[in-house]
Amino acid sequence: MTSPRKQVHLGVHFPGVNSTTVWTEPDSGSQIDFSSFEHLARRAEDARLDFFFLAEGLRLREHKGKVFDLDVVGRPDTLPVLAALAAVTDRIGLAGTINTTFNEPWELARQFATLDVLSGGRAAWNLVTSSDAFTGANFRRGGYLAHADRYARAGEVVEVARALWDSWDDDAVLADAATGEFLRPGAVRRVEHHGAHADVEGTFTTPRGPQGHPVLFQAGDSAQGRDFAAQTADVVFSMHSTFDAGRTFYDDVKGRLPALGRARDSLKILPAVTVVLGDSADDAEERARVIRRQQVSGPGAIAFVEQVWGRDLTSYDPDGPLPLVDPDVEGASITRGRVRHVADPRPVVAQWRDLAAANGWSIRDLVIAVTTRGGFVGTPAHVADEIDRYVQQDASDGFILVPHLTPHGLDDVLGTVVPLLQERGSFRTEYEGATLRDHLGLAHPDAIASAERAIAG
Amino acid sequence: MSPQTPPHTTASTPLRTATTLARQLGAPGPGTSIHLGADLTDAGAHPAAWRTSGSQGAQLFDPERLDALVATAQRGLLDLVAFDDAFSLQPHARGVRGRLDAALVAARLAPRSSGIGLVATIDTTHTEPFHVSKALATIDHVSRGRAAWQVSWSTDEAAASAFRREPAQDRADAIAEADEATDVVGRLWDSWEDDAEIRDAATGRFVDRDKLHHVDHEGIRFAVKGPSITPRPPQGRPPVVVRASDDASIDLAGRRADVVRVHATTPDEARDARAAVLDAARRAGRDPRDVRVLVDAFVVLADDDAAARARLDLLQDLQGVEWETGSLTHVGTPARLAATIAGWSEVGATDGFHLRPASLSTDLTLVVDRVVPALQAAGVFRTSYPGTTLRETLGLARPVNVYAASA
Ligand SMILES: Cc1cc2nc3c(=O)[nH]c(=O)nc-3n(C[C@H](O)[C@H](O)[C@H](O)COP(=O)(O)O)c2cc1C
Repeated sequence: MTSPRKQVHLGVHFPGVNSTTVWTEPDSGSQIDFSSFEHLARRAEDARLDFFFLAEGLRLREHKGKVFDLDVVGRPDTLPVLAALAAVTDRIGLAGTINTTFNEPWELARQFATLDVLSGGRAAWNLVTSSDAFTGANFRRGGYLAHADRYARAGEVVEVARALWDSWDDDAVLADAATGEFLRPGAVRRVEHHGAHADVEGTFTTPRGPQGHPVLFQAGDSAQGRDFAAQTADVVFSMHSTFDAGRTFYDDVKGRLPALGRARDSLKILPAVTVVLGDSADDAEERARVIRRQQVSGPGAIAFVEQVWGRDLTSYDPDGPLPLVDPDVEGASITRGRVRHVADPRPVVAQWRDLAAANGWSIRDLVIAVTTRGGFVGTPAHVADEIDRYVQQDASDGFILVPHLTPHGLDDVLGTVVPLLQERGSFRTEYEGATLRDHLGLAHPDAIASAERAIAG
Repeated sequence: MSPQTPPHTTASTPLRTATTLARQLGAPGPGTSIHLGADLTDAGAHPAAWRTSGSQGAQLFDPERLDALVATAQRGLLDLVAFDDAFSLQPHARGVRGRLDAALVAARLAPRSSGIGLVATIDTTHTEPFHVSKALATIDHVSRGRAAWQVSWSTDEAAASAFRREPAQDRADAIAEADEATDVVGRLWDSWEDDAEIRDAATGRFVDRDKLHHVDHEGIRFAVKGPSITPRPPQGRPPVVVRASDDASIDLAGRRADVVRVHATTPDEARDARAAVLDAARRAGRDPRDVRVLVDAFVVLADDDAAARARLDLLQDLQGVEWETGSLTHVGTPARLAATIAGWSEVGATDGFHLRPASLSTDLTLVVDRVVPALQAAGVFRTSYPGTTLRETLGLARPVNVYAASA
């Protein structure tokens, strides 16, 4: 018997509120209407994918003091969309990004337990830790959290959430009509936690979901973020989608596991990746070039360089040369609500000027070049080869596929690349279990806890 | 949206006189359908309902059970179904214990239903108005205009200690905060004008940012910058439901509510409660015709009165205590309930009822299969949904956006 192939795990990312998403195409649909979410989730389930994924941002991005209007703006609330999708899908995992700074553990634990119950064990929580005062202005607690404390709070929020999920036994609901005991005696226990970031006491309200705990994703990249992932997460959502960077990141994060008593395959690493298909390599390259130009419009290119220059550059022609004016070091944070920030713009500007001069690039050419990240471009066979190669050679455990069009952007990948991965035995042809933990090959938390006890004892 | 054909009553002379009088008092006219909601909390309004046969006590948290209940209510063309919620576990020893998050339940039920309104209870004491606003907006988007928010507040230590932001608030304070939160949530819904999304490829602009508004709320209890991250919901503002029982909650209802639930055991009590709510609306500068008042009606139904009484006796035996409802409680036949509903409505005592089936598995079905047809035959209840949104069903206009109006 041959050893089983390492299996690829795949999720779909609903098109983001950023420049990856092209909205100017005639067939680009609504980012709000439920039919868009339903389309992508059902297509992904038809292709037997592991999960559907939603990002989150709790303040509309602003640029030069006004709402940034060049990308898609606006999205519905993460968890109600996933709960609604539970009604129109049966097996696919439902992963939602929820911030740990601007939410309380009691409420989060109920929401995720509810989603897990309503979906029959398909809930996942992507924990993010943004804690800036700009976003905090939308919340009663404000931006009170120092950057250094973001993972301390996240850790405590998760610890309390887990205690709350564990405070109900799996079989706590007895519903014994004869005796009138609705809950099994002793099966629901009080929780008490008094910490720096969470102070919680009481009897939890919500039954434990089929998964025990929802699957936990984490998407931080700093050393602290990687430690947090190794300690806490089941899945890391990474941005390292090139082969070499992927392998380095994979080794780094998986290397943190043994010291924590965790098996290497108990944590899946899934980079975000875009895919552009074509009938030939040249055809795909040409399509990718067209998409890149759609993603970086003229005004979008100017706004991008303004972020680095820290000043208004709207008088410049995006198809002309780079601004000769120097960056304004004081004005470096004219864009707010983005994840990316540049510490000192001067070396970046110098490097970009050299690049543009060497290649004869306009502003827009430069922005296209410097914002192009990994991503698979080619025929379906080539892309299937690449995905499998990354996974078999430990540059990832699979991918989160990011489309550029709403909601049809992944129809081609799901329809052509996935069957090729199935043919070669690297991707399931049928769901084997009912829960997202089953799809990802993750143990139920009770099994994990007893394994940890065995190690400790 | 098709205009509603008003079902006309063939009222007797005394009834017509009462109706005319009631109309002069600002009561609902006979030309509109009465409004009926149903409460789908737990296994029914009676705490022992889960123990009776057919009530599926062990399946209480199964979404398929909820789908079936909503389908039943929708078959009866009810205005809305409501789900209660709280941050603390039910304290009673023998009733249902455990709750799902009501907002997520409403969202889960939306894609498999149509016509019927989905009312989620969300607390204002321990939540963030920003999150509450986008959750409800999203339920409204996924249901295409059928969401409503039942505002609740908590004064219990059990909920406070789950958050420990501060000690439990007293009632006046909690209601004052609910008022502030409801105001801010409404303005967050308005923070996107309806036509803010322009997708103007020529200029590269996805939105017209002059149609996105900071709400800039700076209150004593919280501050919220805005705008919302979620575009304005299909109904503009999903209806706000308030349970009014005393001066403070009546005042809140008058200021903020589209639908007000009151307790009353007689038509006179109902009329007084309704008048108090509409007065409060007037005091708040609103048109009282924009408010629907529903009386909570607890119902135990059976083919004859004795059988209904026996059903209640069984529930009381199981629970071991008398059932105290504090509002209209009908233990009897569907025909008599229909007569009561029609009678109270026709004398202008109420705009309708929020039905609290003692047992969902038995009483909701009887409401839909027996009470609703009787009301339709009497010409007081709709025979089809007038539109697709809850506001249309309630006969409430889509609100003007406060930011667009001031622009
Ligand atoms: C691939 C990826 C996706 C992310 N998606 C989100 C998101 O949807 N919402 C959000 O608030 N933050 C998001 N983040 C930000 C992270 O959660 C985290 O707050 C940020 O990376 C700072 O943490 P760090 O310093 O450990 O990197 C994402 C980060 C990565 C790497």
